Amino acid sequence: MIRKKSLSAPYLVWMVLFIAAPLAIVVYYALTDKSGNFTLENLMTIGRYSSVFARSLILAAIATVICLVLSFPVSYFLSRLRASKQKIMLMLVMLPMWMNFLLRTYAWMSLLENNGIINRLLGLIGLGPFQMINTSGAVVLGMVYNFLPYMILPLYTAMTKIDDSIIEAAQDLGAGTIKTLLRVLLPLSAPGIATGITMVFVPSVSTFIISRMLGGGANLLIGDLIELQFLGNSYNYNLGSAMSLVLMVIVLLCMSFTNGFDDEDMEGVV
Amino acid sequence: MKKTHLQALQKAYVCLLFSFLYVPIAVMIVFSFNESKSRTLFTGFTLKWYKSLLQNDMILDALALSLFVAFIAATVATVLGVMASIGISGMNKRLQGAINTVSYMPVVNPEIITGVSLMLLFVVYVNFAHWFNTSESIPAFLQILPENIFGIGTLLIAHITFCLPYVIFNVTPKLRQMDVRLYEAALDLGCNPKQAFFKVVLPEIMPAILSAFLISLTYSIDDFIISYFSCGTLQTLPIAIYSMTRKKVSPEINALSTVMFVVILAIILVTNYMEGRSYRKTREKS
Repeated sequence: MIRKKSLSAPYLVWMVLFIAAPLAIVVYYALTDKSGNFTLENLMTIGRYSSVFARSLILAAIATVICLVLSFPVSYFLSRLRASKQKIMLMLVMLPMWMNFLLRTYAWMSLLENNGIINRLLGLIGLGPFQMINTSGAVVLGMVYNFLPYMILPLYTAMTKIDDSIIEAAQDLGAGTIKTLLRVLLPLSAPGIATGITMVFVPSVSTFIISRMLGGGANLLIGDLIELQFLGNSYNYNLGSAMSLVLMVIVLLCMSFTNGFDDEDMEGVV
Repeated sequence: MKKTHLQALQKAYVCLLFSFLYVPIAVMIVFSFNESKSRTLFTGFTLKWYKSLLQNDMILDALALSLFVAFIAATVATVLGVMASIGISGMNKRLQGAINTVSYMPVVNPEIITGVSLMLLFVVYVNFAHWFNTSESIPAFLQILPENIFGIGTLLIAHITFCLPYVIFNVTPKLRQMDVRLYEAALDLGCNPKQAFFKVVLPEIMPAILSAFLISLTYSIDDFIISYFSCGTLQTLPIAIYSMTRKKVSPEINALSTVMFVVILAIILVTNYMEGRSYRKTREKS
């Protein structure tokens, strides 16, 4: 429309300096040693931390599955409500997201503590106390709690596009509840599922605060390892960069896997 | 009969899920009024944590810094981003695709990677500046590169960087939707390109610009991870909150959460009300 390509010049400079160059530096650091010589040792060293990487992947995957299972019915119910009600309910889903995630996670700390509220309530009916905080279960709970809306919203967006008559048609043609779910509802909401999985899995697998606040010291994740290399006691930028590189590859693999289903844009997600 | 059962089940499930979302927040609100420091036993009503919050310089300074950074970062990102969107929309498809791919990086990458990569860039600069300032082959009057850069500058750069993609991806679709003939008509009717832009194009894409600005503002205020790696010793509000949670017992956090929750709720209710009113108005007009 307006032939003024030069207007984008400041942004392009910014993009090269602060998006492209930093990522290039990460790659450079990952592939060199402290004196700047090429080496693959950083990447080899990561093998020693494979248990941490495995734990991150497993916990994030569990959290993603739980989010999906919890969100699917809710998103469906929401998408079938009257328009005015839908708006209010969506607001309610998003409201906690507006609180800083540190505060949300902190709230769970006081609930899960050994002499926390949940254990006290259980004590009243003669149960417990259970060890809940500083377990990997608590970390998963923190991920689910923090990222659940990221699953509900894209699922809901995909499901609002499913017409009631399609579901009725399936039932008229003899499909039972389960068959309707598997053969109609699930395929039609696939783009939302794909987006949701990415939006929950990526922040879960790379988190470092949730694991520290709810998981104690025993549940280190990739994010914690990376943070330790840059700001913690380990102080090894090269190793940290190599870990970041691996994390980026994991995320890209996850996205290219889900992108196959996700041919629609991510409208209504941000 | 069966249908009502199902509906009751649906309702119960939705209620359960919403209580999962809101119980922790409710607990914080209740305990912000707790007399004792205990996070689990309610001993009596008090407002003293709110009072001490208002006298907590660390929190207040952090809040001021967060608002300052958010405002500057959102403004710069919006201006740069709108200019970029206009410029990029005039390019050919292939170039657009390439630029969009790089622009998407901060959105798709985990935040920790964006934070770490920017930190490394700043570290590389610091190393370079140090070498430059101490090298003997460079004339002394040139050796004035700042070396202690971690602070407000790096924080602003980081925030502008992660806000920019949101501006571009908000404004570009709006530009594409706009009818080119409007702009051409303005030119035909005697506007110069500048006038045509400010009088025709800008008002048309204003809603997108505004929402991009607001998104940038909220992302900036809310950001912890990227700031954490680029702030040096400065404390934005989320970073101050983080240092408070490390101390474990600090009922002021509950008070702070309550205040933030009320503010957010108020903002949402007000914007909703305004939207509803303007919607009704436009409907009455037509």
